[in-house]
Amino acid sequence: MNLLGSWSLIRAFTVLVYLFMFLPVAVVILLAFNANQFGSFPMEGVSFRWFVELWNNEAIVRAFKTSMLLGALTAVISATLGVLASLALVRYDFRGKSLITTALIAPILVPEVVLAVALLLFLRWLEMPKSFPLLLLGHVIFTLPFVVLIVQARLVAVRREFEEAALSLGANAFHTFREVTLPLIMPAVFAGVIFAFTISFDDVTGTLFWKPGGVETVPTQIFAMLRNSISPEINALGAVMVVVTVAVPLLGAAIARRMAAALK
Amino acid sequence: MAAADADAPGARPWLLMSPALSAVTLLLAIPVCFILVYSFWLRTAAGGEQTGFYLDNWIEVLTDEFYRDILIQTLRIAGLSTLFCILLGYIPAYFIARSTTRHKAALILLLMLPFWISYIIRTMSWINILGVSGALNVFLLWSGLISEPLQILYNEATVILGLVHFLLPFMILNIYVSIDGIDTNLADAARSLGATGWQTFREVTLPLSMPGLAAGSLLCFVLGAGTYITPMILGGPRNAMFANLVFEAIITQLNWPLGSALSLVLLLVLGAVVMVYTRYAGIGQLAKSFK
Repeated sequence: MNLLGSWSLIRAFTVLVYLFMFLPVAVVILLAFNANQFGSFPMEGVSFRWFVELWNNEAIVRAFKTSMLLGALTAVISATLGVLASLALVRYDFRGKSLITTALIAPILVPEVVLAVALLLFLRWLEMPKSFPLLLLGHVIFTLPFVVLIVQARLVAVRREFEEAALSLGANAFHTFREVTLPLIMPAVFAGVIFAFTISFDDVTGTLFWKPGGVETVPTQIFAMLRNSISPEINALGAVMVVVTVAVPLLGAAIARRMAAALK
Repeated sequence: MAAADADAPGARPWLLMSPALSAVTLLLAIPVCFILVYSFWLRTAAGGEQTGFYLDNWIEVLTDEFYRDILIQTLRIAGLSTLFCILLGYIPAYFIARSTTRHKAALILLLMLPFWISYIIRTMSWINILGVSGALNVFLLWSGLISEPLQILYNEATVILGLVHFLLPFMILNIYVSIDGIDTNLADAARSLGATGWQTFREVTLPLSMPGLAAGSLLCFVLGAGTYITPMILGGPRNAMFANLVFEAIITQLNWPLGSALSLVLLLVLGAVVMVYTRYAGIGQLAKSFK
């Protein structure tokens, strides 16, 4: 165990790296409570005024609503497509299976900028203007691989005998799915939904390409605000962002664990 | 799905997959073909496109020194970021894998956390630290070490810093998975045969952790080379990366054919890197990091 000098040196180095990862984010959250009118040090007391300002800033509230709606729709569509595809890939044998698996995972292998340009060009060729549905489709295509990966992994572990038992008792395929398979894979479906929601909620790369003029999501709103200078309002918005993108998955993981435990 | 019951059993998987497959076909496969087609079109003075087969965009992209320099700059920034991720990431990954403390689970959870924390927030957080009135300058002024705030932001170093901050968890996680899979008996065997701690690491642990190191490096390099947000937020006017050129061409200049050719260059360069990697390491290792 005693290599690269000593174990305590290794531990100290690890602590420093963790500080490097989290300290900058902690500073954002700290400054969000700064009473000062500038988004910087020194702090001048603790205040919630910037969160109140956020609440009263119409553009930000609109961006927040857009992001929530976009994230929720992305999650639902992506999870539906992902679950159906995973069922086919795990429960059936057919030709070209590995090719199709690769195709479904391909969106995470293509650089997001290229994916963004490609989709935009296609829409232009179809002479369709940028719109919210386009933004939604874009988000669906790059969250889909994650849902497929997560649901597939769970489905492999669900024994086929359960489904066969239901079928032999006279349930049809849809009934079997609704009463047996879906409840068994629910934790993974739920995880996929959360995953897709947070990826969508956080995305800025594709969104900047796809969003119609005048529509902003929270990240693109932050991006636009950064062009001026960093204000306490951005830090407050950042703090809210951190809470949404961290608390939602953590809460989701806790619920998923409960669901998984309830199945045993 | 109830309707599928009547069909031959062979049709059902295709029915189940068809929504996802149509999505991938319509939103990825066909669009990517369109980039190729568009890259041979020309932009007219009126802002429209001249359809046909012209090599002008390609000649411009492949011969103009401006594009070549930015491509090299992109590869350099991504390469250096990857290198720093290895230097900063290996030891923590080793620590987590070999740690026997009860904090191990917490350390792994903390490692997952940055994946959830918003990318744009993590990037902009450095302005609070390195900006003219950021934490570092305020501290240095207060301590009397400097009398004027330093201009530390908006250069290549801060772009690399931002990228390392963003990419490091990918690296640590990949190396951790790899080291965690190494049988500890191997290291013990080496030690019992008289190897020193350093020799054991160099001859046993390091070579066996190479797959994780390689997968982590590939992810860091490809993600780093494809970004344009980090240079936009933390870079100066001269720190553009290749994806910024694409953004500029498509969103600002509305020059779709040129933007297409530039996207393809990025896709081909990064695709080549992935191909070289899969040739030597296999794609399976990469899939592990998503589990």
